[in-house]
Amino acid sequence: MYDKEKDAIGAFLRGEMDRRSLIRRLGALSVTAGAAGTLYNMMATNAQAADFDWKKHSGKGIKLLLNKHPYTDAMIANLDNFKQLTGMDVTYDIFPEDVYFDKVTAALSSGSTEYDAFMTGAYMTWTYGPAGWIVDHNEWINDPAKTNPNYNWDDMLPGVRKSCAWNGVPGGELGSDDAKQWCIPWGYEQNNLTYNAAMLEKAGLDVPTNLDQMLEVAAAVQAANDGVYGVGVRGSRSWATIHPGFLSAYANFGEADLTNDGGSLSAAMNTAGSKEFHAKWVKMIQDSGASDWSSHTWYQVGTDLGAGKSAMIFDADILGYFMNGGENAMAGQLAYAPFAANPEASAPTPNIWIWSLAMSKFSKDLDATWYFMQWASGPEHGLFGATQMDFVNPVRQSVWNSDIFRERLNKSYPGYVEMHDVSAPGASIKFTAQPLFFDLTTEWAATLQQMVANEVPVDEGLDQLADSMNSQLADAGLR
Amino acid sequence: MTDTAMPQRRELISPKMLPYVLSLPALLVCIGILIPFVTAIYYSLQKYRMSQPWNRGMNWGENYLKFLSDPDFWNTLKVSLVYAGSTVVLELLLGLAIALLLRKRTPVNNFISIMLLMPLMTAPALAALMFKLMTNPNFGILSYFMQVLGFSDFRWGSSPDTALFTVVLVDVWVYTPFMMILLLAGLRSLPTQPFEAAALDGVPRLEQFWRITLPMLMPYILTAALFRLLDSIQQFDIIYAMTQGGPGDTLMVFQVEAYLNFFQSTNVGRSTALLLILWAITYVLSNIFVKNWLRLRERARGGA
Repeated sequence: MYDKEKDAIGAFLRGEMDRRSLIRRLGALSVTAGAAGTLYNMMATNAQAADFDWKKHSGKGIKLLLNKHPYTDAMIANLDNFKQLTGMDVTYDIFPEDVYFDKVTAALSSGSTEYDAFMTGAYMTWTYGPAGWIVDHNEWINDPAKTNPNYNWDDMLPGVRKSCAWNGVPGGELGSDDAKQWCIPWGYEQNNLTYNAAMLEKAGLDVPTNLDQMLEVAAAVQAANDGVYGVGVRGSRSWATIHPGFLSAYANFGEADLTNDGGSLSAAMNTAGSKEFHAKWVKMIQDSGASDWSSHTWYQVGTDLGAGKSAMIFDADILGYFMNGGENAMAGQLAYAPFAANPEASAPTPNIWIWSLAMSKFSKDLDATWYFMQWASGPEHGLFGATQMDFVNPVRQSVWNSDIFRERLNKSYPGYVEMHDVSAPGASIKFTAQPLFFDLTTEWAATLQQMVANEVPVDEGLDQLADSMNSQLADAGLR
Repeated sequence: MTDTAMPQRRELISPKMLPYVLSLPALLVCIGILIPFVTAIYYSLQKYRMSQPWNRGMNWGENYLKFLSDPDFWNTLKVSLVYAGSTVVLELLLGLAIALLLRKRTPVNNFISIMLLMPLMTAPALAALMFKLMTNPNFGILSYFMQVLGFSDFRWGSSPDTALFTVVLVDVWVYTPFMMILLLAGLRSLPTQPFEAAALDGVPRLEQFWRITLPMLMPYILTAALFRLLDSIQQFDIIYAMTQGGPGDTLMVFQVEAYLNFFQSTNVGRSTALLLILWAITYVLSNIFVKNWLRLRERARGGA
């Protein structure tokens, strides 16, 4: 069974057939995208095994600390392939996101050897790295004896890969030549626009293409649709309120969180440009945001869109992706668009969230753990997850080039691929890497809440915020 | 066999050692409390942020001195005291009122008092999430009632004007039964003679309450208030689940601030210093209560 299909995929893996020919051939054999993905993955696993001693750590076991997430589900669905390939055993603990990072901090700060690798965001490595809890993965990536020849590290999207690398110097540029690769990108989110096409159409509105238009469209669509608010953005008292749409738009105007003057960091959010931007953002929430905006995490932003309570969101693109499926009331009715807040900007500049994998420094066997890491972040698992599970957005260019993947997205998620392609070149982390990241960004969110609640005027609030941040930076020896 | 077994059992723990062995669990618990406590004091005297290990060092009390000029700290202190004060007073008044209503031992009263304990069985964090849903502007029943009453823009935990009210409401819902059950036990254990004598003399019910019930119930009131105050000033779960300390810094109480300082900012020095100040406040408050409680007990004994 499937011999002809296996031959075709084998020819593709050996480079004897191009991608389009493979798709045509599989189409002629009446193979669905899902079945093609399974076959591809199986064949690719065999191909991997041929070039590299995957059995070197056979019989060993590793333990993972994981967040409850579709990426985790995709990995578990494919885990038997890894076990078969390596002869290793993998166990794991999965925690919901509410408590996940507390668990990671507790495990790492206590030097626990229980977990060998764990899921993390790039921002967290700005704490874990300098604290000495994680390793510089370059040591393994650059060692041909430990990394399989098909791993293709350069296949990782450059903006994403560099965003996970930092030299540990406060204010140091991400992805610099001396940067340490603190984590390995796994899946990532850009921040763009997901909108309810029917609601906009009902109000006779076009999709906004800059921040001023977003303010107008959000107000107009809210007025035209009963019980619906115009635009969903995050608002809880957390650093996570700042990093999605807010910072993506902020960076698009050329504004920064901090300035770095020869190693001395200073708050930069009280410039005239920043104040103008904040005033617009605050007005947008006051006029057309959720009435309980200050409690909105990504979850409420997404579910309100999925339930038809909001007309659009400026948030993680994959949030829009998930809300367009499942049992959401608006499933199949959402569309996507890249968003450049600044009318003078040539392209969007989305700040990104990267779910990554990192090895704990306290792992009992880092070499064996790296076998799992390179498999889980490798091109084959990436393609499997992207075509058969919800492992989006992929961090590898090869997966984005996959016609099977692109066709799957085009079929059910109109505009998603174009949105990604337009904004991917400008996608990277826009924050300044420094050890006070969570302190300063959480305070920024708290100030934003005060401004939206009219507790403090925007100008005054930002001046106070900058003063407070400068004092904290000075206190920590960073200014 | 019995003859040989008996002496062995006797030798297992010698009578000399027995007191030490019996007190060992208590000793271990003390050690388990004292080690983290002493460690916390040590950390609070340091400049210690895990993300900057190179900066770590003793700064002897500087963390505490900085609090004096730190508006965030004074805000935290104010919010914590206001929260603790308002919840304890409200719960005490409501608990006492309900206990007075249920004072008489009847099957109906007993049934109601057991039913009223239900909120106490709910984890406070879950109660907060439940109220978060009930106050949701889209589908929350409490939001609906507010709209019916004409408050169309009542934002509950999302507005700095009403956030404190909202979390106090949750606290009152969860913990009033605690006050009620303690005070009810107190009321029902009071001697009946003074009340019978007062009734014979025709003393009005209100007068009876002020002159007899309340003074006799005072040790119970103090005990219940002490338990709730100590718990309430350490509030974390309701506030964190509801607003994470926001909006702005409206609900930034000690535990939330210390938690964020440690788990999010990994600022161990500031976090432990905050917790030790909370410990000091708790210590002072409990001392005041216990002294008053002892005074009342002495008076009650003297009176008897």
